[in-house]
Amino acid sequence: MISHVSHGEVLETNRMIDEYNLDVRTITMGIDLLSCADANLDRFAARVYDKITQKAEHLVRVGDEISRQFGVPIVNKRIAVTPVALAAAGCHGSSFVAVAESLDRAAKEVGVNFIGGFSAMVHKGCTKSDEVLIDSIAPALSQTERVCASVNVATSRNGINMDAVVKMGGIIKEMAELTRDQSSLACAKFVVFCNAVEDNPFMAGAFHGIGERECVINVGVSGPGVVKKALEEVRGGDFETLCETIKRTAFKITRVGQLVAQEASARLNVPFGIIDLSLAPTPERGDSVAEILCEMGLEYPGAPGTTAAVALLNDNIKKGGIMASSYVGGLSGAFIPVSEDRGMIEAVRAGALTLEKLEAMTCVCSVGLDMIAVPGDTPAEAVSGIIADEMAIGMINNKTTAVRIIPVVGCDVGDTVEFGGLLGYAPIMAVNSFGCEGFVNRGGRIPAPVHSFRN
Amino acid sequence: MKAVITMTGKDRIGVIGKVCTYLAEHRINILDISQTVIGGEYLNMAMIVDLAASDLAFDAIAAGLDELGQEICYVIRIQHEEIFKSMHRV
Repeated sequence: MISHVSHGEVLETNRMIDEYNLDVRTITMGIDLLSCADANLDRFAARVYDKITQKAEHLVRVGDEISRQFGVPIVNKRIAVTPVALAAAGCHGSSFVAVAESLDRAAKEVGVNFIGGFSAMVHKGCTKSDEVLIDSIAPALSQTERVCASVNVATSRNGINMDAVVKMGGIIKEMAELTRDQSSLACAKFVVFCNAVEDNPFMAGAFHGIGERECVINVGVSGPGVVKKALEEVRGGDFETLCETIKRTAFKITRVGQLVAQEASARLNVPFGIIDLSLAPTPERGDSVAEILCEMGLEYPGAPGTTAAVALLNDNIKKGGIMASSYVGGLSGAFIPVSEDRGMIEAVRAGALTLEKLEAMTCVCSVGLDMIAVPGDTPAEAVSGIIADEMAIGMINNKTTAVRIIPVVGCDVGDTVEFGGLLGYAPIMAVNSFGCEGFVNRGGRIPAPVHSFRN
Repeated sequence: MKAVITMTGKDRIGVIGKVCTYLAEHRINILDISQTVIGGEYLNMAMIVDLAASDLAFDAIAAGLDELGQEICYVIRIQHEEIFKSMHRV
Protein backbone atom coordinates (compact mmCIF):
# COMPACT_ATOMS: atom_id res chain seq x y z
CA MET A 1 0.00 0.00 0.00
CA ILE A 2 1.35 3.40 -0.96
CA SER A 3 1.33 5.77 1.98
CA HIS A 4 -0.46 9.08 1.75
CA VAL A 5 1.94 11.24 3.71
CA SER A 6 2.87 14.10 1.41
CA HIS A 7 6.18 15.87 1.05
CA GLY A 8 4.54 19.11 2.20
CA GLU A 9 3.26 17.49 5.38
CA VAL A 10 6.69 16.09 6.15
CA LEU A 11 8.24 19.51 5.66
CA GLU A 12 5.61 21.25 7.78
CA THR A 13 6.02 18.87 10.71
CA ASN A 14 9.79 19.01 10.67
CA ARG A 15 9.81 22.77 10.35
CA MET A 16 7.60 22.99 13.45
CA ILE A 17 10.12 20.86 15.32
CA ASP A 18 13.33 22.37 13.96
CA GLU A 19 12.44 26.03 13.69
CA TYR A 20 9.47 26.71 15.98
CA ASN A 21 10.36 24.62 19.02
CA LEU A 22 7.52 22.11 18.80
CA ASP A 23 8.10 19.58 21.51
CA VAL A 24 6.40 17.30 23.95
CA ARG A 25 7.05 19.10 27.19
CA THR A 26 6.68 16.21 29.57
CA ILE A 27 5.83 12.55 29.96
CA THR A 28 4.75 12.30 33.57
CA MET A 29 4.20 8.94 35.23
CA GLY A 30 1.65 9.02 38.04
CA ILE A 31 2.36 6.46 40.77
CA ASP A 32 0.12 5.53 43.67
CA LEU A 33 1.82 5.51 47.09
CA LEU A 34 -1.13 4.48 49.25
CA SER A 35 0.06 0.88 49.04
CA CYS A 36 3.32 1.89 50.78
CA ALA A 37 1.50 2.71 54.03
CA ASP A 38 3.38 1.76 57.19
CA ALA A 39 3.34 2.98 60.79
CA ASN A 40 7.13 3.21 60.70
CA LEU A 41 8.29 6.29 58.80
CA ASP A 42 11.63 4.85 57.70
CA ARG A 43 9.98 1.71 56.41
CA PHE A 44 7.40 3.83 54.57
CA ALA A 45 10.16 5.93 52.99
CA ALA A 46 12.00 2.78 51.89
CA ARG A 47 8.83 1.33 50.34
CA VAL A 48 8.22 4.60 48.51
CA TYR A 49 11.73 4.47 47.05
CA ASP A 50 11.34 0.84 46.00
CA LYS A 51 7.95 1.36 44.38
CA ILE A 52 8.97 4.44 42.41
CA THR A 53 12.27 3.02 41.19
CA GLN A 54 10.51 -0.16 40.10
CA LYS A 55 7.55 1.46 38.33
CA ALA A 56 9.60 4.20 36.63
CA GLU A 57 12.66 2.10 35.89
CA HIS A 58 12.26 2.39 32.11
CA LEU A 59 10.51 5.79 31.91
CA VAL A 60 13.51 7.86 30.82
CA ARG A 61 14.87 5.24 28.41
CA VAL A 62 11.49 4.80 26.71
CA GLY A 63 10.96 8.57 26.54
CA ASP A 64 14.33 9.04 24.85
CA GLU A 65 13.65 6.13 22.49
CA ILE A 66 10.30 7.57 21.34
CA SER A 67 11.91 10.97 20.93
CA ARG A 68 14.62 9.47 18.69
CA GLN A 69 12.29 7.35 16.60
CA PHE A 70 9.65 10.00 15.92
CA GLY A 71 12.12 12.85 15.71
CA VAL A 72 10.26 15.03 18.20
CA PRO A 73 11.98 16.28 21.36
CA ILE A 74 10.51 15.05 24.65
CA VAL A 75 11.95 17.61 27.00
CA ASN A 76 11.12 16.24 30.43
CA LYS A 77 10.41 12.90 32.00
CA ARG A 78 8.79 13.29 35.41
CA ILE A 79 6.94 11.52 38.19
CA ALA A 80 3.85 12.49 40.18
CA VAL A 81 2.93 10.59 43.34
CA THR A 82 -0.05 10.40 45.67
CA PRO A 83 -0.09 13.44 47.99
CA VAL A 84 2.36 12.42 50.69
CA ALA A 85 0.11 13.80 53.46
CA LEU A 86 -2.37 11.03 52.52
CA ALA A 87 0.08 8.22 51.82
CA ALA A 88 2.09 8.89 55.01
CA ALA A 89 -0.95 9.53 57.22
CA GLY A 90 -0.43 6.30 59.14
CA CYS A 91 3.21 7.04 59.97
CA HIS A 92 4.27 7.99 63.45
CA GLY A 93 6.58 10.98 63.49
CA SER A 94 6.69 14.75 63.54
CA SER A 95 8.42 15.34 60.19
CA PHE A 96 8.12 13.97 56.65
CA VAL A 97 11.47 15.34 55.48
CA ALA A 98 12.79 11.77 55.30
CA VAL A 99 10.04 10.96 52.78
CA ALA A 100 11.07 13.93 50.62
CA GLU A 101 14.66 12.70 50.73
CA SER A 102 13.49 9.28 49.65
CA LEU A 103 11.52 10.82 46.73
CA ASP A 104 14.60 12.83 45.74
CA ARG A 105 16.81 9.73 45.74
CA ALA A 106 14.26 7.81 43.69
CA ALA A 107 14.04 10.66 41.16
CA LYS A 108 17.81 10.68 40.79
CA GLU A 109 17.98 6.91 40.50
CA VAL A 110 15.51 6.76 37.59
CA GLY A 111 16.82 9.97 36.03
CA VAL A 112 13.73 12.24 36.12
CA ASN A 113 14.32 15.95 36.71
CA PHE A 114 11.34 16.59 39.00
CA ILE A 115 9.06 14.52 41.21
CA GLY A 116 5.80 16.09 42.40
CA GLY A 117 3.41 15.12 45.15
CA PHE A 118 4.93 16.30 48.41
CA SER A 119 1.44 17.63 48.80
CA ALA A 120 -1.60 18.08 51.00
CA MET A 121 -5.27 18.83 50.33
CA VAL A 122 -6.45 21.15 53.09
CA HIS A 123 -9.25 23.20 51.52
CA LYS A 124 -11.51 22.58 54.50
CA GLY A 125 -8.98 21.87 57.20
CA CYS A 126 -5.85 20.01 58.19
CA THR A 127 -5.51 16.49 59.52
CA LYS A 128 -2.58 15.77 61.80
CA SER A 129 -0.73 14.34 58.80
CA ASP A 130 -1.45 17.49 56.74
CA GLU A 131 0.05 19.59 59.52
CA VAL A 132 3.20 17.44 59.65
CA LEU A 133 3.56 17.69 55.88
CA ILE A 134 3.04 21.45 55.77
CA ASP A 135 5.61 21.94 58.54
CA SER A 136 8.03 19.75 56.55
CA ILE A 137 7.71 21.66 53.24
CA ALA A 138 10.30 24.38 53.92
CA PRO A 139 13.08 22.08 55.18
CA ALA A 140 12.22 19.40 52.59
CA LEU A 141 12.40 21.71 49.57
CA SER A 142 15.54 23.37 50.90
CA GLN A 143 17.34 20.08 51.40
CA THR A 144 16.26 18.23 48.27
CA GLU A 145 16.88 19.01 44.63
CA ARG A 146 14.07 17.50 42.57
CA VAL A 147 11.07 17.30 44.90
CA CYS A 148 8.11 19.59 44.21
CA ALA A 149 5.39 20.39 46.73
CA SER A 150 1.86 21.74 46.52
CA VAL A 151 -0.98 22.51 48.89
CA ASN A 152 -4.60 22.86 47.83
CA VAL A 153 -6.14 25.50 50.11
CA ALA A 154 -9.40 26.25 48.31
CA THR A 155 -12.09 24.78 46.06
CA SER A 156 -15.21 26.16 44.40
CA ARG A 157 -17.16 23.53 46.31
CA ASN A 158 -15.78 24.28 49.77
CA GLY A 159 -14.46 27.82 49.94
CA ILE A 160 -11.03 29.00 51.09
CA ASN A 161 -9.17 27.77 54.15
CA MET A 162 -7.75 31.11 55.25
CA ASP A 163 -5.83 29.58 58.17
CA ALA A 164 -3.91 27.57 55.55
CA VAL A 165 -3.48 30.64 53.31
CA VAL A 166 -1.83 32.49 56.22
CA LYS A 167 0.41 29.50 56.87
CA MET A 168 1.47 29.35 53.20
CA GLY A 169 2.69 32.96 53.34
CA GLY A 170 4.90 32.02 56.29
CA ILE A 171 6.23 28.87 54.63
CA ILE A 172 7.13 30.72 51.43
CA LYS A 173 9.04 33.33 53.42
CA GLU A 174 10.79 30.61 55.44
CA MET A 175 11.84 28.72 52.28
CA ALA A 176 13.08 31.90 50.68
CA GLU A 177 15.32 32.49 53.71
CA LEU A 178 16.55 28.88 53.88
CA THR A 179 17.67 28.99 50.23
CA ARG A 180 18.82 32.62 50.15
CA ASP A 181 22.17 31.53 48.70
CA GLN A 182 20.38 30.05 45.65
CA SER A 183 18.09 33.04 44.90
CA SER A 184 15.41 31.57 47.20
CA LEU A 185 15.05 28.70 44.72
CA ALA A 186 12.97 26.44 47.00
CA CYS A 187 9.95 28.71 46.44
CA ALA A 188 10.04 27.86 42.71
CA LYS A 189 9.27 24.24 43.61
CA PHE A 190 6.13 25.05 45.61
CA VAL A 191 2.60 25.86 44.42
CA VAL A 192 -0.51 26.87 46.35
CA PHE A 193 -3.71 25.79 44.56
CA CYS A 194 -7.41 26.41 44.32
CA ASN A 195 -9.24 23.54 42.55
CA ALA A 196 -6.04 21.51 42.05
CA VAL A 197 -6.40 18.89 39.30
CA GLU A 198 -5.53 15.26 39.94
CA ASP A 199 -3.91 14.48 36.60
CA ASN A 200 -1.77 17.56 35.92
CA PRO A 201 1.53 16.45 34.34
CA PHE A 202 3.23 19.85 34.75
CA MET A 203 5.48 20.84 37.63
CA ALA A 204 5.63 22.10 40.26
CA GLY A 205 2.00 21.23 40.87
CA ALA A 206 1.77 17.62 39.66
CA PHE A 207 0.47 14.94 42.00
CA HIS A 208 -1.25 11.58 41.51
CA GLY A 209 -4.85 12.16 42.62
CA ILE A 210 -6.82 9.79 44.81
CA GLY A 211 -9.26 9.00 42.00
CA GLU A 212 -6.40 7.72 39.85
CA ARG A 213 -5.33 4.13 39.21
CA GLU A 214 -2.14 2.38 40.33
CA CYS A 215 0.10 3.86 37.66
CA VAL A 216 -0.66 6.10 34.70
CA ILE A 217 1.03 8.02 31.87
CA ASN A 218 0.03 11.66 31.38
CA VAL A 219 1.55 13.83 28.70
CA GLY A 220 1.92 17.59 28.51
CA VAL A 221 2.34 19.10 25.05
CA SER A 222 3.58 22.55 24.21
CA GLY A 223 4.44 24.72 21.21
CA PRO A 224 3.89 28.46 21.65
CA GLY A 225 6.44 29.03 18.86
CA VAL A 226 4.30 27.04 16.42
CA VAL A 227 1.19 29.08 17.26
CA LYS A 228 3.13 32.32 16.89
CA LYS A 229 4.45 31.27 13.49
CA ALA A 230 0.95 30.27 12.31
CA LEU A 231 -0.40 33.67 13.39
CA GLU A 232 2.40 35.46 11.55
CA GLU A 233 1.08 33.91 8.39
CA VAL A 234 -2.41 35.41 8.89
CA ARG A 235 -1.19 38.78 10.14
CA GLY A 236 -3.92 41.42 9.99
CA GLY A 237 -6.72 38.85 9.70
CA ASP A 238 -9.95 39.29 11.68
CA PHE A 239 -10.86 37.48 14.91
CA GLU A 240 -12.46 34.58 13.09
CA THR A 241 -9.22 33.97 11.19
CA LEU A 242 -7.19 34.40 14.37
CA CYS A 243 -9.27 31.89 16.34
CA GLU A 244 -9.43 29.36 13.51
CA THR A 245 -5.65 29.49 13.10
CA ILE A 246 -5.08 28.89 16.81
CA LYS A 247 -7.53 25.98 16.78
CA ARG A 248 -5.93 24.30 13.78
CA THR A 249 -2.46 24.67 15.22
CA ALA A 250 -3.51 23.41 18.65
CA PHE A 251 -5.02 20.37 16.93
CA LYS A 252 -1.73 19.50 15.22
CA ILE A 253 0.34 20.03 18.34
CA THR A 254 -2.00 17.90 20.42
CA ARG A 255 -1.96 15.06 17.88
CA VAL A 256 1.77 14.71 18.44
CA GLY A 257 1.17 14.53 22.18
CA GLN A 258 -1.53 11.91 21.72
CA LEU A 259 0.80 9.79 19.59
CA VAL A 260 3.65 10.04 22.09
CA ALA A 261 1.29 9.25 24.97
CA GLN A 262 -0.04 6.13 23.23
CA GLU A 263 3.47 4.95 22.35
CA ALA A 264 4.75 5.55 25.87
CA SER A 265 1.74 3.80 27.34
CA ALA A 266 2.21 0.76 25.08
CA ARG A 267 5.99 0.50 25.52
CA LEU A 268 5.87 0.95 29.30
CA ASN A 269 2.75 -1.19 29.66
CA VAL A 270 1.14 1.53 31.75
CA PRO A 271 -2.35 2.88 30.95
CA PHE A 272 -2.65 6.24 29.20
CA GLY A 273 -4.31 8.87 31.37
CA ILE A 274 -4.67 12.26 29.72
CA ILE A 275 -3.10 14.81 27.42
CA ASP A 276 -2.65 18.24 28.93
CA LEU A 277 -2.89 20.52 25.93
CA SER A 278 -1.02 23.49 27.26
CA LEU A 279 1.11 26.17 25.73
CA ALA A 280 4.02 26.04 28.14
CA PRO A 281 6.74 28.57 27.36
CA THR A 282 10.47 28.36 28.05
CA PRO A 283 12.98 31.19 28.32
CA GLU A 284 14.13 30.39 24.74
CA ARG A 285 13.36 32.97 22.08
CA GLY A 286 10.53 31.73 19.87
CA ASP A 287 9.03 29.63 22.68
CA SER A 288 6.97 32.33 24.33
CA VAL A 289 3.24 32.86 25.02
CA ALA A 290 3.95 36.60 25.33
CA GLU A 291 5.20 36.65 21.73
CA ILE A 292 1.83 35.23 20.63
CA LEU A 293 0.06 38.06 22.41
CA CYS A 294 2.34 40.56 20.66
CA GLU A 295 1.68 38.87 17.31
CA MET A 296 -2.05 39.38 17.97
CA GLY A 297 -1.36 43.09 18.03
CA LEU A 298 -0.36 44.08 21.56
CA GLU A 299 2.76 46.19 21.97
CA TYR A 300 3.55 44.27 25.16
CA PRO A 301 1.59 41.84 27.35
CA GLY A 302 0.00 44.03 30.00
CA ALA A 303 -1.30 46.60 27.52
CA PRO A 304 -5.08 47.20 27.53
CA GLY A 305 -6.66 44.27 25.68
CA THR A 306 -4.26 41.68 27.10
CA THR A 307 -6.90 39.89 29.16
CA ALA A 308 -9.12 39.52 26.09
CA ALA A 309 -6.16 38.24 24.07
CA VAL A 310 -5.29 35.63 26.72
CA ALA A 311 -8.96 34.62 26.95
CA LEU A 312 -9.30 33.90 23.24
CA LEU A 313 -5.93 32.16 23.12
CA ASN A 314 -6.82 29.91 26.04
CA ASP A 315 -10.27 29.08 24.73
CA ASN A 316 -9.15 28.26 21.20
CA ILE A 317 -6.27 26.06 22.35
CA LYS A 318 -8.86 24.01 24.20
CA LYS A 319 -11.26 23.93 21.25
CA GLY A 320 -8.56 22.83 18.83
CA GLY A 321 -6.93 20.35 21.16
CA ILE A 322 -9.98 18.57 22.50
CA MET A 323 -10.76 16.73 19.27
CA ALA A 324 -7.13 15.73 18.81
CA SER A 325 -6.97 13.57 21.93
CA SER A 326 -9.13 10.79 23.29
CA TYR A 327 -8.69 12.08 26.86
CA VAL A 328 -7.93 15.68 27.65
CA GLY A 329 -7.22 16.68 31.22
CA GLY A 330 -4.74 18.42 33.46
CA LEU A 331 -4.64 22.18 33.22
CA SER A 332 -4.99 22.55 29.43
CA GLY A 333 -4.64 26.12 28.21
CA ALA A 334 -2.09 28.91 28.07
CA PHE A 335 0.42 29.21 30.88
CA ILE A 336 1.62 32.71 31.67
CA PRO A 337 4.63 32.27 33.95
CA VAL A 338 6.91 35.26 34.12
CA SER A 339 10.40 33.87 34.63
CA GLU A 340 9.91 31.04 32.12
CA ASP A 341 8.81 33.30 29.26
CA ARG A 342 11.19 35.74 27.61
CA GLY A 343 8.42 37.98 26.30
CA MET A 344 6.82 38.28 29.75
CA ILE A 345 10.21 39.18 31.23
CA GLU A 346 10.66 41.91 28.61
CA ALA A 347 7.15 43.21 29.31
CA VAL A 348 7.91 43.51 33.03
CA ARG A 349 11.18 45.28 32.27
CA ALA A 350 9.41 47.71 29.94
CA GLY A 351 6.97 48.56 32.75
CA ALA A 352 4.03 47.17 30.72
CA LEU A 353 3.20 44.21 32.94
CA THR A 354 2.40 44.58 36.63
CA LEU A 355 1.38 42.05 39.24
CA GLU A 356 -2.16 43.46 39.23
CA LYS A 357 -2.53 43.01 35.45
CA LEU A 358 -1.13 39.49 35.70
CA GLU A 359 -3.78 38.76 38.32
CA ALA A 360 -6.47 39.90 35.89
CA MET A 361 -4.97 37.67 33.19
CA THR A 362 -5.15 34.67 35.53
CA CYS A 363 -8.97 34.95 35.45
CA VAL A 364 -8.81 33.64 31.89
CA CYS A 365 -5.49 31.75 31.57
CA SER A 366 -5.10 28.06 32.39
CA VAL A 367 -3.58 28.43 35.85
CA GLY A 368 -2.48 31.45 37.85
CA LEU A 369 0.30 33.65 39.17
CA ASP A 370 3.29 31.59 38.16
CA MET A 371 7.00 32.13 38.78
CA ILE A 372 6.64 35.68 40.05
CA ALA A 373 9.74 37.09 41.74
CA VAL A 374 9.00 39.82 44.31
CA PRO A 375 11.21 41.78 46.74
CA GLY A 376 12.72 39.75 49.57
CA ASP A 377 11.27 42.10 52.18
CA THR A 378 7.67 41.45 51.08
CA PRO A 379 5.87 40.64 54.37
CA ALA A 380 4.42 37.13 54.84
CA GLU A 381 0.95 38.71 55.21
CA ALA A 382 1.27 40.35 51.79
CA VAL A 383 2.20 36.97 50.25
CA SER A 384 -0.87 35.49 51.96
CA GLY A 385 -3.00 38.37 50.65
CA ILE A 386 -1.82 37.69 47.09
CA ILE A 387 -2.62 34.00 47.56
CA ALA A 388 -6.08 34.82 48.97
CA ASP A 389 -6.88 37.00 45.93
CA GLU A 390 -5.80 34.29 43.51
CA MET A 391 -7.73 31.59 45.39
CA ALA A 392 -10.85 33.79 45.29
CA ILE A 393 -10.56 34.06 41.50
CA GLY A 394 -10.40 30.28 41.21
CA MET A 395 -13.20 29.68 43.71
CA ILE A 396 -15.68 32.10 42.15
CA ASN A 397 -14.86 31.25 38.52
CA ASN A 398 -14.76 27.45 38.94
CA LYS A 399 -11.24 27.26 37.56
CA THR A 400 -7.87 26.09 38.76
CA THR A 401 -5.74 28.91 40.04
CA ALA A 402 -2.32 28.72 41.60
CA VAL A 403 0.39 30.87 43.12
CA ARG A 404 4.09 30.21 42.70
CA ILE A 405 5.79 33.29 44.10
CA ILE A 406 9.39 33.84 45.08
CA PRO A 407 10.24 36.61 47.56
CA VAL A 408 13.94 36.67 46.66
CA VAL A 409 15.97 37.46 49.77
CA GLY A 410 18.33 40.39 49.24
CA CYS A 411 16.66 41.52 45.99
CA ASP A 412 14.46 44.53 45.28
CA VAL A 413 12.49 45.99 42.35
CA GLY A 414 14.90 46.60 39.48
CA ASP A 415 17.03 43.54 40.22
CA THR A 416 16.98 40.42 38.08
CA VAL A 417 17.22 36.98 39.56
CA GLU A 418 18.54 33.89 37.78
CA PHE A 419 17.03 30.49 38.63
CA GLY A 420 18.72 28.53 35.88
CA GLY A 421 17.51 25.99 33.31
CA LEU A 422 13.80 25.74 32.56
CA LEU A 423 12.97 27.96 35.54
CA GLY A 424 14.61 30.87 33.74
CA TYR A 425 15.26 34.34 35.12
CA ALA A 426 12.99 37.10 36.32
CA PRO A 427 12.92 40.79 37.06
CA ILE A 428 11.67 41.53 40.59
CA MET A 429 8.11 42.84 40.41
CA ALA A 430 6.67 45.47 42.71
CA VAL A 431 4.09 44.43 45.31
CA ASN A 432 1.42 46.87 46.53
CA SER A 433 2.87 48.05 49.85
CA PHE A 434 -0.36 48.78 51.70
CA GLY A 435 -1.18 46.41 54.56
CA CYS A 436 -3.68 43.52 54.68
CA GLU A 437 -2.78 41.97 58.06
CA GLY A 438 -6.15 42.84 59.60
CA PHE A 439 -7.92 40.95 56.82
CA VAL A 440 -5.87 37.81 56.25
CA ASN A 441 -5.31 37.14 59.97
CA ARG A 442 -8.99 36.97 60.94
CA GLY A 443 -8.77 33.20 61.13
CA GLY A 444 -11.05 30.44 59.88
CA ARG A 445 -12.50 29.80 56.43
CA ILE A 446 -14.21 31.77 53.72
CA PRO A 447 -17.41 29.75 53.21
CA ALA A 448 -18.34 27.98 49.98
CA PRO A 449 -19.65 30.35 47.31
CA VAL A 450 -23.36 30.38 46.52
CA HIS A 451 -22.94 28.69 43.13
CA SER A 452 -21.42 25.63 44.78
CA PHE A 453 -24.88 24.56 45.98
CA ARG A 454 -25.88 22.72 42.86
CA ASN A 455 -27.59 19.65 44.27
CA MET B 1 7.10 -0.70 9.69
CA LYS B 2 7.08 2.41 7.53
CA ALA B 3 9.32 5.39 8.06
CA VAL B 4 10.07 8.73 6.45
CA ILE B 5 13.63 9.62 5.49
CA THR B 6 14.40 13.26 4.84
CA MET B 7 17.65 14.75 3.58
CA THR B 8 18.60 18.38 3.16
CA GLY B 9 21.79 19.99 1.91
CA LYS B 10 23.45 21.59 -1.08
CA ASP B 11 22.38 19.83 -4.28
CA ARG B 12 25.08 17.65 -5.87
CA ILE B 13 25.19 14.81 -8.38
CA GLY B 14 24.85 11.38 -6.83
CA VAL B 15 23.80 12.21 -3.26
CA ILE B 16 20.40 10.52 -3.46
CA GLY B 17 22.12 7.59 -5.14
CA LYS B 18 24.35 7.14 -2.10
CA VAL B 19 21.36 7.03 0.23
CA CYS B 20 19.54 4.58 -2.06
CA THR B 21 22.60 2.33 -2.16
CA TYR B 22 22.74 2.30 1.63
CA LEU B 23 19.02 1.44 1.79
CA ALA B 24 19.44 -1.38 -0.77
CA GLU B 25 22.37 -2.83 1.15
CA HIS B 26 20.16 -3.11 4.21
CA ARG B 27 17.06 -4.38 2.41
CA ILE B 28 15.03 -1.23 3.00
CA ASN B 29 12.35 -0.81 0.34
CA ILE B 30 11.55 2.67 -1.05
CA LEU B 31 7.77 3.10 -1.46
CA ASP B 32 7.62 6.72 -2.51
CA ILE B 33 10.11 9.48 -3.14
CA SER B 34 9.75 13.22 -3.68
CA GLN B 35 12.19 16.08 -3.91
CA THR B 36 12.34 19.81 -4.39
CA VAL B 37 15.38 21.93 -5.14
CA ILE B 38 14.91 25.28 -3.44
CA GLY B 39 16.38 28.24 -5.31
CA GLY B 40 18.04 25.82 -7.72
CA GLU B 41 20.57 25.07 -5.01
CA TYR B 42 19.28 23.30 -1.90
CA LEU B 43 17.92 19.82 -2.14
CA ASN B 44 15.07 18.77 0.09
CA MET B 45 14.15 15.13 -0.32
CA ALA B 46 11.58 13.00 1.47
CA MET B 47 11.05 9.29 0.93
CA ILE B 48 8.72 6.77 2.48
CA VAL B 49 10.37 3.45 3.15
CA ASP B 50 9.38 0.03 4.44
CA LEU B 51 11.71 -1.43 7.07
CA ALA B 52 9.96 -4.81 7.34
CA ALA B 53 12.67 -6.78 5.51
CA SER B 54 15.67 -4.88 6.85
CA ASP B 55 18.53 -6.63 8.59
CA LEU B 56 18.96 -3.63 10.90
CA ALA B 57 16.89 -2.25 13.80
CA PHE B 58 15.50 1.29 13.58
CA ASP B 59 18.14 2.88 15.80
CA ALA B 60 20.96 1.26 13.80
CA ILE B 61 19.50 2.55 10.54
CA ALA B 62 19.22 6.03 12.05
CA ALA B 63 22.86 5.88 13.14
CA GLY B 64 23.96 4.61 9.70
CA LEU B 65 22.09 7.38 7.88
CA ASP B 66 23.48 9.99 10.25
CA GLU B 67 27.00 8.78 9.56
CA LEU B 68 26.39 8.79 5.80
CA GLY B 69 24.94 12.31 6.10
CA GLN B 70 28.08 13.56 7.79
CA GLU B 71 30.19 12.01 5.03
CA ILE B 72 28.31 13.79 2.24
CA CYS B 73 27.55 17.00 4.24
CA TYR B 74 23.81 16.40 4.41
CA VAL B 75 21.33 16.25 7.28
CA ILE B 76 19.68 12.86 6.91
CA ARG B 77 16.98 11.85 9.31
CA ILE B 78 14.62 8.91 9.68
CA GLN B 79 11.35 9.11 11.60
CA HIS B 80 8.39 6.81 12.16
CA GLU B 81 5.78 7.66 9.56
CA GLU B 82 3.12 7.81 12.25
CA ILE B 83 4.09 11.28 13.51
CA PHE B 84 3.20 12.81 10.14
CA LYS B 85 0.01 10.84 9.75
CA SER B 86 -1.29 11.66 13.17
CA MET B 87 -0.53 15.35 12.89
CA HIS B 88 -2.22 15.88 9.55
CA ARG B 89 -5.08 13.36 9.54
CA VAL B 90 -8.27 13.38 11.63
